[in-house]
Amino acid sequence: MASEIYLDNSATTRQYDEVTSLMADVAANNYGNPSSLHTRGIEAERIVSGARETIAALLGAQPSEIYFTSGGTESNNLAVIGYLDANPRKGRHVITTRIEHPSVLEVFRHLESKGYKVDYLDVDGNGRIIPGQLEEKIRPDTALIGIILVNNETGTMQDISRIAAIRDALNPQTVIHADAVQAFGKIKLTPARSGIGLMSLSSHKIHGPKGVGALYVSKGIRINPLFYGGGQEGLIRSGTENVPGIAGFGLAARMTAERTQENLLKAARLKQMLIDGLASSDIEHRVNSPGDALPYIINISFKNVRAEVLLHHLEQRRIFVSTGSACSSNKKNRSHVLAAMNISQEWIDGAIRFSLSHQNTEEEMRLTTDALKDIIPVINIRKKSRAGRNI
Amino acid sequence: MKKVILVRYGEIMLKGLNRPVFESALMRNIKHSLSGLGKTAIRCSQARIYIEPGQDDFDFEGAVSRLTKVLGIVSVSIVWKVASDFEEIKKYSAEMVREYISKPGRITAKASAGGPGASDGTFRFKVETKRGNKRFPMESPEISRQLGGYLLKSVPGLKVDVNDPDFVFFVEVREHTYLYCDIIPAFGGLPVGTSGKGMLLLSGGIDSPVAGWMMAKRGMEIEAVHFHTYPYTSERARDKVITLAKIMAQYCRRIRLHIVPFTEIQLGINDRCPQEYLTILMRRAMMMISEKIAAQNGAIALITGESLGQVASQTAEAMAVTNNAVSMPVFRPLIGMDKNEVVEIARKIDTYETSILPYEDCCTVFVAKHPRTKPKLEEAQEYESRLDLEEMIERAIRDTETMTIGD
Repeated sequence: MASEIYLDNSATTRQYDEVTSLMADVAANNYGNPSSLHTRGIEAERIVSGARETIAALLGAQPSEIYFTSGGTESNNLAVIGYLDANPRKGRHVITTRIEHPSVLEVFRHLESKGYKVDYLDVDGNGRIIPGQLEEKIRPDTALIGIILVNNETGTMQDISRIAAIRDALNPQTVIHADAVQAFGKIKLTPARSGIGLMSLSSHKIHGPKGVGALYVSKGIRINPLFYGGGQEGLIRSGTENVPGIAGFGLAARMTAERTQENLLKAARLKQMLIDGLASSDIEHRVNSPGDALPYIINISFKNVRAEVLLHHLEQRRIFVSTGSACSSNKKNRSHVLAAMNISQEWIDGAIRFSLSHQNTEEEMRLTTDALKDIIPVINIRKKSRAGRNI
Repeated sequence: MKKVILVRYGEIMLKGLNRPVFESALMRNIKHSLSGLGKTAIRCSQARIYIEPGQDDFDFEGAVSRLTKVLGIVSVSIVWKVASDFEEIKKYSAEMVREYISKPGRITAKASAGGPGASDGTFRFKVETKRGNKRFPMESPEISRQLGGYLLKSVPGLKVDVNDPDFVFFVEVREHTYLYCDIIPAFGGLPVGTSGKGMLLLSGGIDSPVAGWMMAKRGMEIEAVHFHTYPYTSERARDKVITLAKIMAQYCRRIRLHIVPFTEIQLGINDRCPQEYLTILMRRAMMMISEKIAAQNGAIALITGESLGQVASQTAEAMAVTNNAVSMPVFRPLIGMDKNEVVEIARKIDTYETSILPYEDCCTVFVAKHPRTKPKLEEAQEYESRLDLEEMIERAIRDTETMTIGD
């Protein structure tokens, strides 16, 4: 039996051991600054270039289209703010969805305060945008559309080629930014072919180190930096490169890519086990993730259960999950994603996100299902209040 | 000239024959608060404490910020100690004033707020003299007048204004003479350790740290009990209480924190007693446990953050039922305060930002929709009798984790 069952892989993943040793090696032996003119600098620069080539190749992109950042949040900010800042004449209207990650949603809120007109697209019960609504919203002055490719709470995938086709028909000048933080390494991404102009990636969701990410900027699109300095990363991202982190990101991306298809099949199998296990139990629940969602993310609501209480009970058995998205579980407000899907308050209060990695096993799914069967009757809110009233 | 710190204390002077006890407690707490800043000589004389650093690069600002948290201290000044000789006094006064007015953001604030002063580039000042050393040949008004005249002449940018000065230049002539411009207020009160020991029920909310601090300000040594209901609350709730205890320890010297596992009792009450009595029974159990831990650790009173009428469990009726569970005195320093008054103190003592972290939210599982605001003691006792409370309390105390914070 496993000593712990880690089902919070959309929050972050356990770093590959190979990545950890590579990073230690780079930190110890390739400590040069890539900007230095001497050998030490050149060898550090080569490491960064190598990782850039790896990631570019995985996306079918050119290395010059990849900019390293500190992670998904920075990439999202840089993409949206950097693009609008560099292209003031493309218009002051932008479109996004109601189910973005806070690192996109809050950027758009900020834009509103700066005078931009922002349209937030609704989603259906599966968490997918309604194409007709997008058609209505695109205007001649729409500068940018921000779309989360795979939602971090439910795994819902957006039909990006459909979205790009609508854009092409109505305003080809509009640039699409895709938040691919949860998608990268799990499905094949080819931004150029999909009509994506800007795309955000993160390293620590694919067993790479934290504090590293990248932004894909399609050739011909101009963006401005968020901060100014030594002009690294093609003037777009000043600051001495995080060489060990970037090296680790490159290796993690390659290792993940080698098994994308195999991993996806495994995730689908594990998801099905969990869903079947619950379906055959008498636990009252509701699967919030649609059937065709990315199988790595499974959002399930349990009736008459407070998600955080369930989380701590699972934690006691060393099973680690999330309520909603990890970033917002500290805030009082409930999941904006589930609310946008029109899921009732009562169900949202009991929503747990199980997020998988290829490192999880069938045995772990069985143990998790068993644990849920044990815990849920004990922590049922209804049970208690009834006992109280009867006395 | 030597730079020293002058510490003033107020109320202790009133304590008659006990005064040496209070003074030595204050000296001990001062010494403790300055630990790590290097060698200092701490001397008590004529109701003042003087702190003389043993090294030149002493961190005066750091020391002052620690001292303003030592309870019992009324105010603190960084002073220049010079020989009681008028020529010396003149020379160093000019130097000190020159340095003082050149420090930006110090007294210009008042000028920009519409007062007199820096708008025309000058600072209005006056000299105030206290002469304790009667052998000094000049009398106080004479010293003030002559020194004021000298400063006006030798430091550019000054103007005398005795009615509404931007700053006051203080001169105290004793065996030595002390010069200073700033009086930095502290909290006053009595030195911690002079009023016995109290056991604080520390929840992690806004009120209880303030209640503990207020009793510490009256000289109590504080220990704290926290009730933990993992896995119904997060481990972060526990970390938060430890963080609060660390902030409180800056005032209380050190805090012993007892973390009591409360889940079993909580669930027992929840399963076997009516909803509207959940909170009151929980409070009673907490009081019983706290009293036992208090007795084991030499505390003579319990301290809670209750404020009359703030929530259902804090009505006079509910508190009477709660109080009945123990025989030790229960101190409730916030009893007559409004929430905003408590928040104001919490901000002042820096516990507010930590207190409002939301980690204990999920214990709302245990909150009844309509708790009884006027519970009856007999009913509470009857419900309690359904539980094996004594045994559960024994177990909770046995499994209590104790740590010392701030030493």
